[in-house]
Amino acid sequence: MQQKNFVSLCNKILVAFLLAISITACKSGNKTNKDETIQDFVAEDEIFNDIDKAKKIFYSLPSPLETAMIIKSAGAEYDQELLNSLDNTEKYLNNRSMALNLGIYTTDLSFASLFDQTQTSINYMEASKKMAEGLDITDAIDEETMNRLKDNLNNREVVMDIISETFLNSSAYLKENERQDVASIVLVGGWVEGLYIATELVGDKSIKDNKLADRILEQKLSFNIVQRLLDDNKSKADGKPNVDIVNLINEMNELKTAFDKVTVTTTEPSVVENKETGVSDIKSKTTVSVSPEDFKMLQASIRKLRTSFIQ
Amino acid sequence: MRKVYLFFLIVLIAAFTANQGYSQCKGFAKKICKLELIPYIHDGNYHAAILTEGEEAELYKTFYGGQEYRIAICGSDALSDIQFQIIDSYKNVLYDNTQHNKTRVWDFKLEASQQLKIAVKVPASTQETEYPASGCVAIMFGVKQTTP
Repeated sequence: MQQKNFVSLCNKILVAFLLAISITACKSGNKTNKDETIQDFVAEDEIFNDIDKAKKIFYSLPSPLETAMIIKSAGAEYDQELLNSLDNTEKYLNNRSMALNLGIYTTDLSFASLFDQTQTSINYMEASKKMAEGLDITDAIDEETMNRLKDNLNNREVVMDIISETFLNSSAYLKENERQDVASIVLVGGWVEGLYIATELVGDKSIKDNKLADRILEQKLSFNIVQRLLDDNKSKADGKPNVDIVNLINEMNELKTAFDKVTVTTTEPSVVENKETGVSDIKSKTTVSVSPEDFKMLQASIRKLRTSFIQ
Repeated sequence: MRKVYLFFLIVLIAAFTANQGYSQCKGFAKKICKLELIPYIHDGNYHAAILTEGEEAELYKTFYGGQEYRIAICGSDALSDIQFQIIDSYKNVLYDNTQHNKTRVWDFKLEASQQLKIAVKVPASTQETEYPASGCVAIMFGVKQTTP
């Protein structure tokens, strides 16, 4: 009798376990009929030359919050028309589109909150919540988070802390559940949204002595990180290609071509310790250059990429 | 039959326990390391892993000119103080915490945007133990709002 109960209990546990595995497998939803070739996507850069694969390697992209802060500090103005429409949330039904748009809506949310757009911040937090739930990220943005946001709308520091925490919850959940590939897609979506907002704000203005344009061109440095991040996730644990990542890499090749026309050079830095403030200054000069035509090409490739992400 | 079920149960428990280990890193990063960033605002990125004594990690990131950053690198109690260096693309060591009492944080501001490498090492324990200790190591970044 006791043995029968034990076997019955084990049966239930096994069924639940196998069900969980099959759900996870279905969720990845990868199709294999698309182009799986990767051209020379990963750039060779001085700093990456001595990567030791035996070590644990992290590639860090600017988070949606940092991206929004970088744009704002370059003198950007707020334009709600540039944000991804909230009506689009209904369109995102697979892992790839939900991950990309979790990043996109989080950048939009960060951008709106930095400009004290209170109602827009709530709406975009709701949109981010929907994307996170679609990706089965539990408790990243719960009712308590929403209430805390609503109670502190007039306190920008607290709002930024809430955004930072929700993003930490999402990325930690994905990474700790062996879904680094999805975490990297979220980051890429957020980063491209920042680029899109910035390039649209530059529009037809001259790029000479334009701080925002310089910030966009400096993103070539982060693009190198994007390449490494995606390259690291292009294969699944079983060695098969991760089609979502491979397709993303292929889609980004046009952006790579555009960034290849940009030159970024940095002089050798020196560190000056400021004993009074405790903040050290890293002194160096960075020069960015691109022709106006090539900047237009960069703008066009970013617009095209972002359009494909939000469709 | 009973042995087969027991085997699957052990596998399940092992998988669950492993996930709990990672979850502790999230809690460690969120509840302990993040506090080191105050008054800076955490950027929201999550970089944490379980490392063993003697192990090393590297993080690559672009930092932007005019922005002020705080980097916090923390190890859980089981580990000795974590060592870290900030290295530029010319391979110059810009900061080495072993020269600063193995402090967990460094505040810096960049005149110009550039890629930096953060090299992290979990030093081997000086005490004799049967097995090397393992624990969570978190690398976190704080940013400050700057005006145009």
